[in-house]
Formats: sequence, structure tokens, C-alpha cells
Amino acid sequence: MTSRRRSEGLAALGFLSPWLIGFAIFTAAPMLISLYLSVTSYNELSAPRYVGGANYQHLIHDPKVAKALTNTLVFAVMYVPTAMAVSLGLAVVLSRVGRLAGFFRTVFYLPVMTPTVAAGALFLLLLNGQRGLVNRALLLIGVHGPNWTTDSAWIKPGLALTLLWGLGGTTVIYLAALQQVPPELYEAAALDGAGSWARFRRITLPMISGALFFTMIVLSIHALQMFDQAYTMFFGAQQNSTYANDAALFYVVYLFQQAFGVLRMGYASALAWLLFAIIVAITSIQVRLSNRFVYYEGGR
Amino acid sequence: MKRGGSNARQPKVIPPAVRLLRGGPLAGCGGVGNKSTSSSGSGNSGSLSTQGFGKPDDVGQARIDAFKAAYPNVSLHINEGDFDPQQFLSSVASGNPPDLVYLDRNLIGSYAAQGALQPLDEELDKVGLDMKSYRQPAADPCTVNGKVYGVPEFYNTRNILINGKALAETGLTSADVATTDWDKLHDTARKLYKASSRGIARIGFDPKLPEFLPLWAKANGAELVNDDGSPNLDDAKLVEALGYAHSLIAEQGGWSKFKAFRDTWDVFGSGNEMVKNQAGAFPWEGWYVNVLVQASPDLDLQCIHFTDRQGNPISFCDGSAWCIPKGAKNTETAARWMKTVTSTDTWLKAAAAREQTATKNNTMFTGLWTANPDADHQIKDKYVKPSNNPGFDQAVNNYYASTEYAFAIKPSKASSEIKTAWTDATNRVLSGTQTPAQALKQAQGEASTAFASAK
Repeated sequence: MTSRRRSEGLAALGFLSPWLIGFAIFTAAPMLISLYLSVTSYNELSAPRYVGGANYQHLIHDPKVAKALTNTLVFAVMYVPTAMAVSLGLAVVLSRVGRLAGFFRTVFYLPVMTPTVAAGALFLLLLNGQRGLVNRALLLIGVHGPNWTTDSAWIKPGLALTLLWGLGGTTVIYLAALQQVPPELYEAAALDGAGSWARFRRITLPMISGALFFTMIVLSIHALQMFDQAYTMFFGAQQNSTYANDAALFYVVYLFQQAFGVLRMGYASALAWLLFAIIVAITSIQVRLSNRFVYYEGGR
Repeated sequence: MKRGGSNARQPKVIPPAVRLLRGGPLAGCGGVGNKSTSSSGSGNSGSLSTQGFGKPDDVGQARIDAFKAAYPNVSLHINEGDFDPQQFLSSVASGNPPDLVYLDRNLIGSYAAQGALQPLDEELDKVGLDMKSYRQPAADPCTVNGKVYGVPEFYNTRNILINGKALAETGLTSADVATTDWDKLHDTARKLYKASSRGIARIGFDPKLPEFLPLWAKANGAELVNDDGSPNLDDAKLVEALGYAHSLIAEQGGWSKFKAFRDTWDVFGSGNEMVKNQAGAFPWEGWYVNVLVQASPDLDLQCIHFTDRQGNPISFCDGSAWCIPKGAKNTETAARWMKTVTSTDTWLKAAAAREQTATKNNTMFTGLWTANPDADHQIKDKYVKPSNNPGFDQAVNNYYASTEYAFAIKPSKASSEIKTAWTDATNRVLSGTQTPAQALKQAQGEASTAFASAK
């Protein structure tokens, strides 16, 4: 290696070092500590005690883990496709409103800036099955809405609805992707007699498939890590246990309860590693499948 | 009661460098203690920080003022905000706890077993505080394995509050709402219940699940916790009690509608559920009488005792307590705080402040219910006067009476986990995912595991 290349390498390392140090201290080290804690019994107040695989064994027999995992996976299946479809629909509309696009883009993005705790409290009122605005609106078109916040069967759809409110970020990504599609492709297709649906299906979707894939991964991880709204709406009010409902017991909510409610840090760490493994597995499958569907410009 | 600590000593001066070393590298991690000024003090001086005391109202402020007047050299830091388990435990774990923590008495057993609280026997001896001066159902949850971990403060009991307007509409009397005859109570609930095409218009009788399950259990002769602190959640009588209380909800629209409707109530406002005729009757804590009298002084309120199935009045009590976290520095001053703010003299000052507030707002003084029976008797004699609303007067009398026979959940080293288990079980029954027997069997398993692993 020449001295010039070595000095360039050192310079690169110097520039990278803030990130590397940050990663080591704030990501890698906590992960390793968590891995160690997952094989211990630890309550923060006394030293960790090695218990081998006991925490992982307990995961298998804990009925709440199965319940929380089922809730989380069902919610992810419900939420991710809906969120992608709604965001894409909004982005398509936004791409056609001309000069007002900037205004609406801001309007759609504003909910992202709202604290999730405030949004959760707000949606408890909006989604109230007896007097909430959502059901009142549904009644205008003759639909008797469900009890979104108290009926176990409707709690997950209600939460998905709550999260749809904050889709501004995904919408903006799709809008940017839509604006990158070369207009000559549409013109050529129109000359060949393709209708609007055919153009959308044959041109738009393939051309923005990279953005769709990216958001599918991000939304999936977000859904699997669902916490803020569920905790705020159903478990956060310590003085009011009547909101608690097993249908809203998501995996990270249960993890949080174990870690900070009853101080079972070792068990909570094991829960965290199981979730990590599940996310890695799901993401790997998604990446593998993406090779068939995602179009990369200049790629395969 | 003798007020301790009037003999002033010189404050102990600690060099800043020593304080820095004592704070340790983890002191900033979630701590709430007053780490820059905290000193061990001598009982009459130094710094004193609290957590969980919330934003004090007139009663709280009067007691803070009483402490400040008694200990002018103590620098007091009230950390406003309700008790937050995560904040508390991380402050203890990081070695920077507050000097005092204010929490639900039912949490003491678990926190003591986990080592998050320190025994108070020695400190209470120093300041001359005798736990026998408190009501036994309040003192019991503060004692774990024979050691005292907390000093009880308020004493919340439950009675049944009834909407007189709903009774008049249905031709019922308050005697029909009695909980002695469970079949009759079913009929009463059905008569008081009202629904329209828009949904529920009035809940007839709200059994207040899951939080009041201990009351229904006791009414049916069941205890949630055994004498040794182990859980007793799969008791057949408890299963029956939960099944009954749930059936009251099931026949009034079912949980999802019932709960959704209840969530629309303006509980603290002038358009509350009694004023709007949205509620027939429910058991509630005594503090709610004060809310109602402020918000709706002309309300036609009626009140009866909650009774067991033999007709004996029963009431479930709970409340807050002051504790000293593990690692707290100014323990002697903390003990003096505990003694001062729960003494009869201080409660009388608090009652005077509340009475002034009531006079200013042109409402009645509804009483204070504390763990200190001497204070309660004196406050009742001195400040509780008949008003021009006999319903409220009856309610106040009933709540005072229930302080004499109320019970508390028995103490346990897994108190918090047991409560979580029965609360979750009740919620599973309410949401229809399990029967009472299934839910309580699972709860017993969860609570037993927690009890077995608690030290």
C-alpha cells in the first residue's frame, strides 16, 4: 500500500470515526450487554445472576408471549399493505394537484410532527364507539361503526387507523418516486393505446418498486415494533386499568412491562433478542422476494 | 401527637468534591434526587427531595407549609408529577434516588422484596413515630416480613353513590340498589339501564371492574391474598364473584358498549354523568363526593353502604404511603417529613385549608379521610357541618362510617404482581376472551410464579 493510499485511508477513518465511536457506544455495546443480560436474572437493583437458557425456555411457555406475538403479526399483516396503499393513493393525488402540491404535502406531513402520545389520547376520543367523531361520520353514510377502543375484535383495526394518520413520511417518499418516472414512458404508452390503469400497473408500479420495497421493509419493522400508540391508549394510564386489553398487548408493550414494570431485565432482554431474530428473518424473506419484483435502474 | 425534631443542629457541610464523588458516574441516569445539594443532614437540615407527590392541591400545600414551618432549615424539593415506576426504579438503580417516594401502598410489598425501598423501623424510632397511630388496614400493606417500609397517608374507602333522579324515574328506592341480594341487584340494574338507537343512554349499575374486584370478592367471602401473602386467585368464591360482577355488565350492553359509553362521561365537570342522568349507581371512593359537590352542588345524590351477601357493610380501602428509597441520603429528615405530614396537627391545618377553599367556592366541606383515625375524628367534629343538601350529608357520613370497617388487600412480597394478575384476568373476562375460571386460573399461575421468585 502506498503512503498516499495509507494516508487517505487514515483520513477516511478519521472522518468515519465519530460515527464508528457512536455506533460502538450507543448500538453495539448495548446490544452485547443485552445479549449477556438475556442469560441472566437481573433486576437493576442487584448484580446479574447467570441462569443459562432459562429466560429463553420461559419464552416458550409464557402464554403472553404467544398472545403478544400473534397480536403483533396480525397487526403487521393488517397495517403494512393498507399503509402502503393509502400512502400511494395520496401520493398519486398529490402528484396531480399542480401548484397546490406543496401545501398538501405539508398538510399530510404535519401529523408526523405530532407527538404520538398526544395522537393516542386524541384517537381515544375520535374512535369512541358510542360518541366518537369517526362513528358519527360513518353514521352519516348509514354505517353503524364498531367499538374501536373497547371491542377486542376492533382494537387492532382501530390502531391501524390511528397509525394511518401519520403516513406523511411514506407519502412524501412515494411522491418523490413518482416524480422520477420519465414522462416519455407514459407518452409512449398512451400512443400505444394503454389506458390509465395499464399505465399505472405497467409503468408506475415497476418504476417506483424500489420505493415500495423500501417502505415495505420500514413499515414492517415499524409494525413489529408497535409501542407508542398502543401503550398510550391501552396501558399508559396507571390510574385507569380499564383500558387494558389483551388485544392491544403488542410484543414491545409486553417487553416494556417486563423490563420496567416488574424489573425482569434478563427476561426482557431475551424477549428483545427473539424480536430481533424475527425481524431479521422477515426482512431476509422480503429481500429475497424483492429480487423478483423490484426494478433497479441500471441493475438487473 | 408529638412533633419531632425541634432541636436544631448545625447543618453538616460536605465539600463539593466529595459530593461529586458520592454522586458517581451513574448519578445522571434517570435520577431525580437533588444530587447537587443532597446531604445527609441531621434531621433538621439539609436537602429533602420527593417523587410522586404530584402537584399539591390545597390540602397538600397546607402540609408542605406545615413542614416548612417546623423545619425552616430544610431545603425542600417537591418533584411534581405522579409516581412513575420507571423513573423511580431507574433513579434507585443509578444511585440517585429521591429522599422520599410517594406511592400506592399496594406497591410496597413488591418494591421492598426487590430491594428498592429501605426499612424504616430505625428512623421511625429516632423520630418517635409509632405505626400503631395509623389504622391497621393502612399500616398492614406498609409492613413486609415484619419490617416497616412505608408510612400511610390517605384512606380511600368505597360506598355506593346513587343518582336520585334515575331512582325517581324508575320508581326504585336506594334500598333496591343494595348489594346484599345479588338477584335483586340484577333486576335493579336492568330497570335503571336505558338504551336507545344511538346506544346506551344510562348505565344502571356499574360494578366498577376491574378495579373494584376485591370488593365483590369480599362480598362473596373470598380473599385475593392469603394470610402468608401468597395469591388466592383461583378461589371458587372469587370465580363466582367475578362471574356475577361481569354478568351485571353483560346485561347492560356488554363490555365494549358499556365501556365506550362510560368513556364519554365528563367525570370531573359540571356536566358529569349524574347531572346528565347517564349513570344510575356505582361504588366509588370518597374523594368523588368532593368532586361532585364542587361540580354539581344541587345534585340529587344518594348514598348507601356496600354490603356483603349477608347484609353486613363492607368497604375496600387503599391509599398512598411515604417510603424511603434504597440509597436515599437524608433519611432522618425524610422520617421527620413522614411524621409531620401525617400528624393530627398537620391534618387539621390541611382540613382548615380545604374548609377555606369550600367557603370561598360556596360549597360544603366533605371531609378528609386519612390513615390517622385521631385526625379524622377531630376533623369531622370541627369542620364537617350539615349542609342544605341531605344527600351529600348522608354520603359524607357513610364515608366516615366506612373508615371504621374497611379492609385492605393483605400484604404480600409480590403485591404488585398479584394485582397485575387479577387485573389482567378481569380484563380478559370483560373482553370475552376467557371465562372467569380460565382467567383466574391463569392469573393464579402468574401470581404464584411471581410470589415464589420474590425474596
